[in-house]
Order: sequence, then structure tokens, then C-alpha cells
Amino acid sequence: MIDYELSSDLAATREQLHMVAKHAMRPIARDYDEREHETPWDFINMMWQLSKNSGVGPGRESRDRTEPRMEERNLRTCIAVEELSWGDAGLYLAMAGPGLGGAAVMAAGTPEQKERFLSRFKGDKPVWSAMAITEPAAGSDSAAIQTTAVRDGDHWVLNGTKIFCTSGLMAGDPSKSNGFVVVWATVDRSAGRAGIKSFIVDAGTPGMTVAKCEDKMGIRASDTAMLVFEDCRIPLDHILGSPDVPKTSEGFKGVMATFDATRPIVAASAIGVGRAALDFLREELTRQNIPIRYGMAVHNLSVIERDFMDMEANLQAARLLTWRAAWMMDRGQKNNLEASMAKAKAGLVVTQVTQKAVEILGPLGYSRDTLLEKWMRDAKINDIFEGTQQINMLIIARRILGYSSKELS
Amino acid sequence: MVNFELDEEQQLIRDTVASFARDEIRPRAREADEKGQIPADLIEKGWSLGLVQSIVPEQFGGAGSSRSAITGAVIAEELAYGDLAIAMHLLAPRLVAVPVLELGTDALRRSVLPRFCGERFEPASAAVMEPRMDFDAMAPALTLRRDGNSYALSGEKCFVPVGNEARQFLVLASLVNGIEAPHPRALLIDRETPGLVIGERERNMGLKALVTTRLAFDDCRVSEDKLLQGGHAGIMRLASLWRVAQSAMAVGVAHAAFDYAREYAKERRAFGQAIAQKQAIAFMLADMAMEVDAMRLLTWEAAWKLDRNEDATREAHLAKRYTADMALKITDNAVQVLGGHGYIRDHLVELFLRNARSFAMLEGLAIA
Ligand SMILES: Cc1cc2nc3c(=O)[nH]c(=O)nc-3n(C[C@H](O)[C@H](O)[C@H](O)COP(=O)(O)OP(=O)(O)OC[C@H]3O[C@@H](n4cnc5c(N)ncnc54)[C@H](O)[C@@H]3O)c2cc1C
Repeated sequence: MIDYELSSDLAATREQLHMVAKHAMRPIARDYDEREHETPWDFINMMWQLSKNSGVGPGRESRDRTEPRMEERNLRTCIAVEELSWGDAGLYLAMAGPGLGGAAVMAAGTPEQKERFLSRFKGDKPVWSAMAITEPAAGSDSAAIQTTAVRDGDHWVLNGTKIFCTSGLMAGDPSKSNGFVVVWATVDRSAGRAGIKSFIVDAGTPGMTVAKCEDKMGIRASDTAMLVFEDCRIPLDHILGSPDVPKTSEGFKGVMATFDATRPIVAASAIGVGRAALDFLREELTRQNIPIRYGMAVHNLSVIERDFMDMEANLQAARLLTWRAAWMMDRGQKNNLEASMAKAKAGLVVTQVTQKAVEILGPLGYSRDTLLEKWMRDAKINDIFEGTQQINMLIIARRILGYSSKELS
Repeated sequence: MVNFELDEEQQLIRDTVASFARDEIRPRAREADEKGQIPADLIEKGWSLGLVQSIVPEQFGGAGSSRSAITGAVIAEELAYGDLAIAMHLLAPRLVAVPVLELGTDALRRSVLPRFCGERFEPASAAVMEPRMDFDAMAPALTLRRDGNSYALSGEKCFVPVGNEARQFLVLASLVNGIEAPHPRALLIDRETPGLVIGERERNMGLKALVTTRLAFDDCRVSEDKLLQGGHAGIMRLASLWRVAQSAMAVGVAHAAFDYAREYAKERRAFGQAIAQKQAIAFMLADMAMEVDAMRLLTWEAAWKLDRNEDATREAHLAKRYTADMALKITDNAVQVLGGHGYIRDHLVELFLRNARSFAMLEGLAIA
């Protein structure tokens, strides 16, 4: 039966995290935007404790994610992430927790591996994990990665360079946390996609270095690291799933399945940023006595009202697509198509909504005295990572047309 | 708890209506458009699906299934997938039945609703729109003047579906005297009312199979019991209900255009490949698929609020705007996918585009 109302449980989660966003994130958002590369330790520690003590917060979200079949697990994550990103997307991304690496373990790891690698997120100190796919010469074309994993007795030996790894510093540097990085590498280049496997590299493993942290347009509170692997030796059982190289690209599909879970989360984050901008715009318009009159004939609406309504409708459309993708996952349904729809729509919408809001507010919007211009800068990443706008459209197109990646590239 | 799945009864209704739309309506859509006429047997067949009777309570002779705006939206979408003009004709009787059911006095219900429970199609309609560029449904220029125990209507309406046959019309007018400021009221009027002149059939760009007419009211007298109740909230609810239905129809037309374009793009070859293998085409199709889903989710949200008896003015308004814009964009892209062939009337996409252009201006052409 159709229902658009959040369960009381999710509504409570949303309310609690809204308080966090408003009182713990907004006040420091500008600061960590301007002081790039500084870690918001107080906030991170507070969130870690909060999630341990009261059971709210992303810590809980991420811990719950490690519990196999909790009702509304994915939708809950989306609700939480929207709220936190409404507070600040950079700070949200900087928070400790299993994050993308954990999602990869959940999607591709064996039950034993899930237990082994995810238990560290239950400790007292904040722990990060990261996901390293992108390389200098392979972004969207992730099947073209060059990093190699060669078996040598009881170990895998990794060589290669990964870039743009979110939380790569916090997860990979042992002075920051007892974290790990999930690294994509090929065990057999001649096998193409089928040869690509993911490996867990613990923070501090000799041979893995955090070579640099990027300076960015937005989400500056979150580190984006380059990781270099030079004869980095990891235990054999740190390969996620089976080490066999299948004849087909099934294995690659396995790692790609991670994205079905994470794309709705990125979409939810995007929506949080868009909502922040729209809320701000609404408040400003109200202050200036500019009403938004629903139900009126279009001829009688001002341009601003029309713009505002379009932004609002688009944002809600993106949110509903996102909820649907997460809801499907919660029901154990395949959501590859729907996850990409959510991500493509949300990434684009939030980019447009924030840019339009800056435009409408003129110098007020452009000023660094308020957060709107920051949200515009933050928003754009959602159209790029976890599959660019174009890559998600490509996935949708393949699904609806029944094409393989060879038939439509 | 969030759920995007129709219940079993709704799924059954959807499947029934969908096969009727695909098997019976669609094959006759082109001819109906060209001739400007919907085959009588199709109308009777559509009527026998019980899409109108089913919402009439048993005490008035109907099937009395509980009415839901979501179900209404599902029906409207599926019929419009077959053909928009035919869908509007088939559902036109609801334009009277639903408002009377929701906002009519008991006496009015007793006198009006049984008519919709017969064996034959009962033509009825709504006169909401007016022939002006800046028409606003919430501020109609048609005046309703209180005069002793009755009311007098003066002014003009346009785009009245099935206006040539409808035996009754729901009319939206502004009450202008005896109150502080004019405000809209809805009422019923019989075709035979003296002073009501049914105009010539209108000639429109699309929806050509649907007869629409103007109505001229020259001091038409209406008794008090023909006025619907519910005050301003009632009017807003009606407006939301018809916006939901029209949004759902926009989803249906957009979906039809998308399916048509997708099938064509997989067959048509250029430069040694199916054109669907070109990103410029594939991305248009992907966007259509994504937006059809987004349109439907927004429409259902507004319908869901109405089913909970909540004010859905904002949601219905946003859904209407969104679906109208998107239906136009999607049908336009569908023509583009077919290239020159899309411009030729051998294909349906040009019809979808002409029909979709109507959504932004329509008010009161269907009700959920
Ligand atoms: C802040 C930030 C954080 C990130 N975090 C992570 C992370 O944690 N882990 C990780 O592995 N990566 C991460 N990334 C990398 C990100 O996923 C890639 O940047 C992204 O996938 C695009 O790859 P690229 O930058 O190499 O662009 P390219 O692949 O070079 O693409 C350039 C342009 O070409 C388009 N394009 C490419 N291929 C096609 C095609 N087939 N059809 C149509 N258009 C195409 C793209 O859409 C894009 O517009 C992060 C990036 C940033 C900026």
C-alpha cells in the first residue's frame, strides 16, 4: 500500500539528527571550509560518542548496516544522511565510520570477513574506512585500472597509485585511526573486468603511503587523498570474496553491486545540501515579503515563485527516487536501475538548485558571509563521484535498453 | 512506513485498465484523432469497466468500492497511456460524480449519483476553464450572483469536454455578491437550463478525438441545492483532485512516448548501429525513463495526501507543473528520437506531443 510517511522510528532518527545538524554542524561549517586540511576532531569524537551512547547518529547507521536484515536499514541511512548533509556535507563526509569501504565489505565480503573487518567500528575510538578505485588514468572507466595484485606465497603484493580517495588519510594513516582502505586491483590484466578484485589494506601496512591530500572547490572538511602502493604486502585472506578469476565478468558485477547501496546514499547527501539551500532561500524570501503562492495560475506567479517551485518539485522528485531505491534494497529487490536514477537526478538537481539559489539572492547569495555559496560548491561533487552524471545515465540507458556495456559505451 | 507498492486491489485495477488501454484504445487512437471521433463501441466498452460506477456508494446504486485518489491516478495514467483524448472522454462522467460524492448535499447525491450506475455511458462534464490567457481557476470570471432564493450565472467557459453530449456540468464560478470578496464556488447545472448555450465544437491542436465546446451562460438560473458544499477548502480539494488526475495522465502520455521511442531506437539503424547505441539517443531515453518514474512518484504523493484528507494544494500544484513540463519535454524528445519519421503522422509520437502540450493549461479536465 502506497505510503509516503516515515515510520515513527525513522521520523525520530530524522528529528534527532536534525538537532545535531543544526547545533553541532552549522556553527562550525564555515570554519572547516576555510581551514582546509584540518580535521574536525571535536565534532568527530562527539559524533562517535553520541552514536555509542544514545544509539543515534551515523555511527549507529553504519553499525546497523553491518547487521544483515534490519528493517528499513537503507532508507534509514538515506534519511540520516540527508539530515547530516543539511547540516554540512563536508563534515558529514569527514565523519568516522565504515563509509564506502564498509559498504564494499558488506557487498562483496564473506560473512567471516564482514565480522572480522567491521567489528573494529564498534570500539571506543573513531575508525574510518575508505574505497580506492580511481587512478590517474582511470576514473569513470574503472575497469581500466592499472593497480596490480600479485600473489606471492601467503600474500598479495599491491603496486599502483590511487587518487581522490575520500577519507584516504583518516583510513590509511595509522596515526589517525585503526582503519582500512578497500583497494581495487587487477589480478590478471588479460582477463579485463573479470580480473578486478578488491583488497583490504590496513592502515599502516608497509608499502602504502598517503602521498597527498587534494585542495578542493568544496566539501573541504573531508580529506581526498592520493595513496601510493609500492610492493605493499597484505595477507591472502584480505581479498574480498573469492580469489578465482571467472571466465565471465560476474566478479566485477559483484564489486559494482556496492554502488547499488551507495548511490542512494550519495543522492541523499545531495538532497540534504539542496534542501539547505532551498530552506535558506525560502527564509530570505519570507523576510522580504515575497510569498510562494501554490495553486495560483502560472500567469499570476512571479519569476521567483516559478523558479522556487521548480526547484522544490525537482528536489522532491529526486528525494522520492532516492527513497524508492533505498526502499527496494530494504526489500531485497534489485535496484541497480533505480539507484542510478536517484543518483543521476539528485546530482543534477542539487547542482542546479544551489546555483539558482545563488543567482536569485544576488550579492547575498554570492557572499561568503552566509553558507549558500558554500553549499553551491559542496553540491557539485554529487554530480561527479560515485559515477558521474553521464555514467549513471549510461547505466540507466543500458538497463532500459537491455544493452551490455559493449553494446553501449 | 514508506512504501511505494500499490495494494493488491490497485494492482488488479491497474492491470485491467492497462490491458484495455493497450489492446482496445491504442489501436484506435490514430483514427480517432484523424476523424475527431471516438468509436461508440469503445466508449461503451470503457464504461463497462465500471470506472465510474465503482466509486458510487451502494445506496445510490453503485459498487461502492472505497474511492482513492491513488487508484484514480492509476486509472487515469493507464488510460492515458492508451490515448489521452479517449481517456478524458471515458473519465468525463467522474467530473460530476466525484465532486457530488465528495461535496454534494445528500439530496444532490441522491438525485445525481444513480445516473452513473446505468448500463450505458452517462455523459457529464465540467466547465472550469475560460477563454482567456490569464485564466485562474481560483478566480473565475464567470459570475454567480445571489438573487433571492436562487442564483444567476453569467459569462463564458471553454474547453468543456464532451460538451456536445453532457447532460450535466460541474461549473466553477465566482460568487460576487453578499460576501466580502468574490470567491469561487462549484455547482451543477443541467444541460437544459434556460440561458445556457452550448457552443460549437472547438478546434484544437491536439486532443482532437475529444469533443470540447464553449459554454455561454446568459443569466442562467440555478437553485441553491445545486451548489456544492465544503467552502474554500472544498474548492481547493477539487482543484487538487483534478490536478492529480491530469498529472497522472501526463505520466501516461510520457510513458507512452518513452516506450514508443525506445522500441524505435532499438530497431532503427544509422552508421552501422542501432541509434539507441548512440549516447545522444540513449541518454534522452534514460532521462525519459527516470522522469516518468519521478513524475509518478510526485503524483502519487499528492494523491496520497488527498486520501488522508489532508490539504494537498502545494503537492498537487507542484506535481501538475512538473508533470506538464516533463510530459512536453519527453514527447518532444520522442519525436526527436524518430527524426523526420517522428514528424510524419504514420507514427504516434507527433500525436503524443500535440496532446502533451495541453497539460500546462488544463484545469478540470479529469478528476482522481
Ligand atoms: C572529492 C572527490 C572524492 C572522491 N572520492 C573517491 C573515492 O572515495 N574513491 C574513489 O575511488 N574515487 C573517488 N573519487 C573519484 C571520482 O569517482 C571520479 O573523479 C569520477 O568517477 C570521474 O572520474 P574522472 O575524474 O577520472 O573523470 P573522467 O572519467 O575522465 O571523466 C571526464 C568526463 O567524461 C565523462 N565520461 C567519461 N566516460 C564517459 C562515457 N563512457 N560516456 C560519456 N561520458 C563519459 C565523465 O562523465 C566526465 O564528465 C572522488 C573524486 C572527488 C573529486
